[in-house]
Amino acid sequence: MAKSIKVRAKVKGDEVTVKALMSHPMETGLRKDKKTGKVIPANFIQEVNAEHNGANVLNAYWGGAISKNPYLSFKFTGGKAGDTVKISWADNNGKSDSAEVAIK
Amino acid sequence: MNTKRRLFLKGSMAAGVAGVAASAGLLTPQMVLAAWPQAAFDAKSVSDALTAAVGGADAADSGDIKIKAPDIAENGAVVPVTVSTGMGGVESISILADQNATPLTSSFNLAGNTVPFVSTRIKMGKTANVIAVVKSGGKLYSAKKEVKVTIGGCGG
Repeated sequence: MAKSIKVRAKVKGDEVTVKALMSHPMETGLRKDKKTGKVIPANFIQEVNAEHNGANVLNAYWGGAISKNPYLSFKFTGGKAGDTVKISWADNNGKSDSAEVAIK
Repeated sequence: MNTKRRLFLKGSMAAGVAGVAASAGLLTPQMVLAAWPQAAFDAKSVSDALTAAVGGADAADSGDIKIKAPDIAENGAVVPVTVSTGMGGVESISILADQNATPLTSSFNLAGNTVPFVSTRIKMGKTANVIAVVKSGGKLYSAKKEVKVTIGGCGG
């Protein structure tokens, strides 16, 4: 599952804006396969963590109601160009991935 | 040549579905993350979801919370929502859609230096109020915005 996350972090004045796109099917577990009539098993990201230079800045819990290939954007203060921002996710099937990027 | 391509596509899709089913069966999903608030995301009503997620359902209406979402969403599977507030000391932001089978879509816990601003995309089953609940200084504040959905995003 490598490279399932695209992250960009940009500093403007005092604020760092982080934008992340994750590649994930985000199945709720409620949908049915139209052909077979069987329920498609739930498969969605449950937890997303964001770190700035190793310190936690955002911790998100998600349900199946987040859209497929989730987008997340947030802002924090105290970052400068060259600092690292790390985004990681874990889904309900125990899979996880992370990506690191330097603030521009 | 065309028929072969069809067959190939069908074959690979079937294999993919089987793989997903197998992995879901082997790993009991709920055991993996202890911290994930299962009860909050399973809750069928807004008040139950809030009680489980942020510890209370009594949120005061606040004009200081801004929800940016479309008035009409053509596709309920992808509704962009941005929540921001001018309040200080925000601990968490939760986003709910009150007509979804399980209203809680997401809950964000913010660190002290995180600006109270989150933007994501949610699924909505039908026309509903998008509710943003902000926890600041131990108190809950909320705001809502109606989004009309023409095609639901939760059915199959």
